Amino acid sequence: MFDRRLLTHFDWVLLLLVSLIAGIGILNLYSATSSWEAGSTPIFVKQFYWLSIGLGIALLLCLFDYRHLEYFAVPLYSLNVVLLVLVLVAGKTSMGATRWLNLGFFNLQPSELMKIMIIFILARYFNERDPILGFDLRELLTPFALLAVPTLLIMKQPDLGTAMLVIFIAASIGLFAGIRRRTLVTLGVLGMGAVFVGWRLLHGYQKERIRTFLNPERDPLGSGYHIIQSKIAVGSGGFFGKGFMQGTQSQLSFLPERHTDFAFSVFAEEWGFTGSLILLLLYLLLVSWGIYVARRANDRFGMYLALGVTAMLFWHIVVNLGMVIGLLPVVGVPLPLFSYGGTSMVTTMVGVGILLNISMRRFMF
Amino acid sequence: MNLRSSWVDLPRLKNRFTVLTLAVLVVFAVLLLRLWFLQVISNDRYRELSEKNRIRYLPVAAPRGPVYDRNGLLLIDNRPGFTIAALRQEVEDSTLMLDQLSRYLGTDRAILADNWQKGKKLPRYSPAPLAVDVGRDIVEQVQENAIDLPGVVTLVKPVRSYPYGDMGAHLFGYLGEITEKELRSGDYNDYRGGEFVGRSGLEQYLESSLRGIEGERLLEVDVKGKELRTLKTLEARPGKKVFLTLNAALQKAAEEALGDQSGAAVALDVRTGEVLCLANRPSYDPSFFARGIRDDEWLDLLQNRRHPLQNRALKGQYPPGSTFKLVTVMAALRSGLVSPDHTVHCNGKFTVGNRDFRCWKKNGHGDVDLKKAVRESCDVWFYEVSLQIGIDRIADAARDLGLGRATGYLADDEKGGLIPDQAWKKKRFKDRWYDGETVIAAIGQGYVLVTPIQLAVMTAAVANGGKVMRPYVVERVEDFDGNLLLRHEPETVRSGTFAEKDLRVLRDGLDAVVNEPHGTGWLARVPGVRVAGKTGTAQVVRQSEEDLDLKDEEIAYEHRDHALFVAYAPAEAPEIAVAVVVEHGSHGSTAAAPVARAIFAAYFQKDILSEPVDADAIGENE
Repeated sequence: MFDRRLLTHFDWVLLLLVSLIAGIGILNLYSATSSWEAGSTPIFVKQFYWLSIGLGIALLLCLFDYRHLEYFAVPLYSLNVVLLVLVLVAGKTSMGATRWLNLGFFNLQPSELMKIMIIFILARYFNERDPILGFDLRELLTPFALLAVPTLLIMKQPDLGTAMLVIFIAASIGLFAGIRRRTLVTLGVLGMGAVFVGWRLLHGYQKERIRTFLNPERDPLGSGYHIIQSKIAVGSGGFFGKGFMQGTQSQLSFLPERHTDFAFSVFAEEWGFTGSLILLLLYLLLVSWGIYVARRANDRFGMYLALGVTAMLFWHIVVNLGMVIGLLPVVGVPLPLFSYGGTSMVTTMVGVGILLNISMRRFMF
Repeated sequence: MNLRSSWVDLPRLKNRFTVLTLAVLVVFAVLLLRLWFLQVISNDRYRELSEKNRIRYLPVAAPRGPVYDRNGLLLIDNRPGFTIAALRQEVEDSTLMLDQLSRYLGTDRAILADNWQKGKKLPRYSPAPLAVDVGRDIVEQVQENAIDLPGVVTLVKPVRSYPYGDMGAHLFGYLGEITEKELRSGDYNDYRGGEFVGRSGLEQYLESSLRGIEGERLLEVDVKGKELRTLKTLEARPGKKVFLTLNAALQKAAEEALGDQSGAAVALDVRTGEVLCLANRPSYDPSFFARGIRDDEWLDLLQNRRHPLQNRALKGQYPPGSTFKLVTVMAALRSGLVSPDHTVHCNGKFTVGNRDFRCWKKNGHGDVDLKKAVRESCDVWFYEVSLQIGIDRIADAARDLGLGRATGYLADDEKGGLIPDQAWKKKRFKDRWYDGETVIAAIGQGYVLVTPIQLAVMTAAVANGGKVMRPYVVERVEDFDGNLLLRHEPETVRSGTFAEKDLRVLRDGLDAVVNEPHGTGWLARVPGVRVAGKTGTAQVVRQSEEDLDLKDEEIAYEHRDHALFVAYAPAEAPEIAVAVVVEHGSHGSTAAAPVARAIFAAYFQKDILSEPVDADAIGENE
């Protein structure tokens, strides 16, 4: 079953790109957490462990043919939905939200898993149909339901950031699959209605975040503090930056969450516009490579899968960067490969593994 | 390659990939533009904001300049004042902190809590002062228990201290915290809130010299306000050193001699006009002001009936009584109308028109010439003489001796007194001058008003040959390294207006007052030094015939006469002139002369306690 061509066609570019970004990320974490009291394992070392585990998972995922996923998509998706229900019933609560399932040796976050499963199930659905004029409302009813069920469960936790990303990923796949113009207009109107209703269903702190985003100076010491300090960090970096480990905003702790959601702000402060430009180009290259993998995929299922994974990376990058530079509201979305966190790293690497898998099997029939 | 599945080559999909790629490029371009805007275009603004985040400017208080007496004794100093304050961002449990502090400080918890609340109005990282100017032992207590008191800090700033207590309080002046109104007024541009400025006396007059230049420390702090390192220090520059002409020993002697009485005593060097002492009683404790006076303390001072805040030496205007006879004598001699031999018969009263003016000595002095008139202070002689020369000559002589206007001691901190003449009367009351007014003016009553420092200047002029000197107390100002910045030179305001032979006649009389039998000033005698002077008793209220027979103690305090004494010494070669006023002291000879005596004794370093007054020739009480 194992084909030697698989090795010759292995996507070294993607692996190199991912390792490069993650390497810069670990360097940045070293600086961001250098002022922390020496405790157990330093954060950057832990991130290195997570990166190793992630790479291991990615390579493991290359071992089997991604096309099997088409058959496993339904049971995997269903299992994930069950887990989401379980979270609401018997989940672990932390900081006002119930997101984790205690599995004894580690805490599983099923909502994070759903970012992947929604790709599997939608890739399968859109692969089976290909209307010339695009999908209409009736044909979209099934994917809509497939999206709505887990999204509502995730919102209930509540975890607005993840729910939003799941929707963005699904919408990206759907839009690419093709939707009739009339249907698109109808969906647009429905979407606006949903936003209106959604606003009323939002939690107080969530509304507050959006209000604060629209006017951070409204509450400079409260929820606006994050955005203001992040903008100061990024802006004060200037063209060449303040130098590695020299960022005053981050080293003196004015910047909150600087090892997780605001890791990029640390980087931007210390490396300036030059560093930001290089990092952004690397991310652009990663996303473009994902699209390239989709384009060269062996079949439509592979294409949809690759597109879904790419969309997942893209939206994480855009939402996180948009947040830290004050273009989007503060939602707890990590920057892939850059923010500290095992969950984010594993999810990203699962995606990367799937991309590698599709890429190396582009000539297989 | 042509084996690749055909689905990808569908133009429909091809278009979609193109659109997708373009969309991604656009989004990344937007992100990059935003970064360009933040990091390149708005860099200056954000760099400033980040500096503001991490850098705190900490003012370093500068001590005010020290003040020394003429012998280099430190009169006004600074001591470290400790304030217990709390850094709000580091206090975790304010209830616990206030409880603990209340225990260590022994201060009412409610007061601390009140200060804690007030501190919340201060800028974000300013420490909130909880207890101001606490003792060293309390500071030690707090520092020993620092672990239990997170966020509690001790601030040190220099506070004015007065090694001699309330001595010279009026001369030195007091401080007050700068008001918000003053800060806004534009007159105090480089001052900041909480600073103390001179409010009276030398502290006010020399504010620009005495005030130190505040220093500044640039600190790098983290988000919790914790000080990480000092980036730059601008040292505080202490105020200038001021050296006075004052002699602390004389000042002390004068204030002690005045004791509980209300009054003032001024001593000048007759040759230069240097102020040797300038004493006022009652006094107040200037250290109350240095630490920030409390409302109740301030009210006490204001409402005290004896007006402890008043600088009587400069601002107290008194009828000079018989001390004014120096002026009348000089006016008489200068006029050429009266010779020293001019003799008047005193039978105890003098009649002008249909009114009798009494001599202080009921039974009269008999035949009186100039010297006897001065020695025994015979009023009738002066009544008679004053009518011969007229009020305007008396007024001229008074002005030529420095009376009737401010002596120029310190800018505008002084009253001018009043020397009446015909023109003044006309202007003031639109009325002509009456002879009855001349006779009482001649003995320093009626409209005449003088300040103690004017009397001292007058006496010095008589002693030094007719030179009216401008009194001054600041000898020199030096910067902290000892470089001379300012030195006062003696300044003669007026001279040559009196003939030396006339002055000698007066001085003979003044010598007799103290040293001859029947002289009224014998209580001013100092062993080994020849003192010359003149007593004075100034009526506060006109007394009726019956009242004249009352004993002093039977008259209400406010109605008792003021006691005055002017003198200089040594009589043969004068160095120091003294003027003393004791409010309601009844008799110049008994209440005021001993004060002058104490000052002379201090000046000539004579021990007057072991050597009682030489009483071989007892004079009389005027």
